[in-house]
Amino acid sequence: MSLVQKDLLGIAVFAALCACVPVLSDSGVVLNFLMMALYAALLAQAWNVLGGFGGQFSFGHALFFGTGAYSQAIFQLQWGLNAWLAFPLAIAMSTGVAVLVGALSFRYGLKGSYFALVTLAFAEVFRILALSVPFTGAGVGLMLPLQESFANMQFSSRKGFVYLMLGLVSVALLATCWLRHSRFGAYLQAVRDNEDAARAIGVNPFAVKLGGIALSAALMGAAGVFYVQVFQYIDPGLAYGPGTSVEALVAAIVGGMGTLWGPVLGALALHTLADLTRNLFGQLPGINMVIYGLVLVLIVTFLPRGIAGFGQAVRAWRHNKNG
Amino acid sequence: MFELSILIPSILNGVTTGGVYALIALGLTLIYGVLHIINFAHGAALMLALYGVYSLKVHLGIDPYLALPIMVLGMFALGYVLQRSIINRASHGKDENILLVTLGLSIMMENVALLVFKSDTRTIETAYTLSTVALGPAMIALPKLVAFAGALLVSGLLLWIMHATDLGRAIRAVAKEKHGAKLMGIDVDHVYALSFGIGLACLGAAACFLMPAFYVNPMVGNGFVLVAFTIVVLGGMGSFAGALLGGVLIGVVESLGGLYLGESLGQIGIFAIFIVVLLFRPQGLFGAKA
Repeated sequence: MSLVQKDLLGIAVFAALCACVPVLSDSGVVLNFLMMALYAALLAQAWNVLGGFGGQFSFGHALFFGTGAYSQAIFQLQWGLNAWLAFPLAIAMSTGVAVLVGALSFRYGLKGSYFALVTLAFAEVFRILALSVPFTGAGVGLMLPLQESFANMQFSSRKGFVYLMLGLVSVALLATCWLRHSRFGAYLQAVRDNEDAARAIGVNPFAVKLGGIALSAALMGAAGVFYVQVFQYIDPGLAYGPGTSVEALVAAIVGGMGTLWGPVLGALALHTLADLTRNLFGQLPGINMVIYGLVLVLIVTFLPRGIAGFGQAVRAWRHNKNG
Repeated sequence: MFELSILIPSILNGVTTGGVYALIALGLTLIYGVLHIINFAHGAALMLALYGVYSLKVHLGIDPYLALPIMVLGMFALGYVLQRSIINRASHGKDENILLVTLGLSIMMENVALLVFKSDTRTIETAYTLSTVALGPAMIALPKLVAFAGALLVSGLLLWIMHATDLGRAIRAVAKEKHGAKLMGIDVDHVYALSFGIGLACLGAAACFLMPAFYVNPMVGNGFVLVAFTIVVLGGMGSFAGALLGGVLIGVVESLGGLYLGESLGQIGIFAIFIVVLLFRPQGLFGAKA
């Protein structure tokens, strides 16, 4: 079996397993957990495309999430578009913003910490704009009317949303699989590992990074659309605040950057941890985020390659011990 | 709209706020200049310092200005320990790791504060909170004036330490050439931790000057973190003069932005400067080309 086939088989098994859950269980707790874990996995996988494969650490991925969410709401509320029609348009808006921000940042060679800071600043500018202009509803936010039907992308049962999210995560996994085995993915990783060397062998780093940020933003925008459809509400803090950026980045890093399954593992692990702490400590405000921060520090200190890199670390340790 | 009687007080207000911004940015730029790391937890550490001043006043009745030595020493110790025990170990020699670790630390600090102090915004009452001083046509709040003078004083002290003491020489030597410094018998890890400690000690001082006329809540650091980065980037990473001038400039921009565009939209001016400087002149106004 080739490497591509192995990856595809893995994705198929994963999707099939997840798809079984709504068939076997009607429990709201189980379905909610699965939906939110998959949602976290989508955020992480979106960040992983640019951060893990492209080596460009964004601290402001909420920019693309919020743009997708707001576009989806505005297209429906103010343009009267159908939700399914608004979906691809909202993703296009996220991608458009990403190409603009990416073109500016990469054109002027922003890397590393500088890139992280500029993405954070852009997200903050959008948050303030969303607070100030009328068509985003300013500080009040936008509320989607409750009209449960398949045609409105508002499912009466959680199961519909679980399947929708599973579909999105599968697309994200397929996109990551493509990055692992395609020429474009190889270029992206080459630019991450050594930009000058990549340029010397004829790779155009600017175009490659732009492609990376566009794909990453499209997935992030889809997560934003999903958020609005499930919770039917968006405001500037939810859309462009640092919470979503942090969630995406921490899960991807904890799981393992630049891998296929790392972000999914990371999202699942963090989400389980968050649920456990909620059961242990009740609804103490902030306790979840304390744990997220702690896990981030611990992982970067002791497991810089994440959970997915744990196996490799153990093998390397054994090798060193024996050799 | 451009009447001087409105414009001048607004500019003076901006200058005084800018003095405190400069003090915050000085700590950040020192840490960057010596350790070559971006301390993302700077805003959160300032927030902790503000809570420190608040608690000293509320529980022990210590005046914010008298709390200065306690806060400076306390924040210095916190910085020394954080750098020595966590940040240094986590770096593995990569800039991105430090960015992530300090991000993790800032998330933890903010949310521990949320757990302990809840999300309420808190202020303190002092005899001079509402006093004002007439400066020409402008009425400036007394705490702001003290803050400006204090910020200049602390900045001057920092410059003196950096340029006239052995400690300052050791720090500058490590910043320039850490292997060479090591060969000369300088304990590099110790100097790193000292620098990080001094960087946070600036925040301790800034918190004492800010608190009488300001407020604290767990998320208050967020507002400062981008402002401090803007100043440091504008002035040139690692440049003290740049941080001082940048701080005052940003204070004025914020004040004028607030005057003409309103409280929330006025902030955009700062971020616009940040993005434009990052894109077109990342070495800043005074920094050397990287």
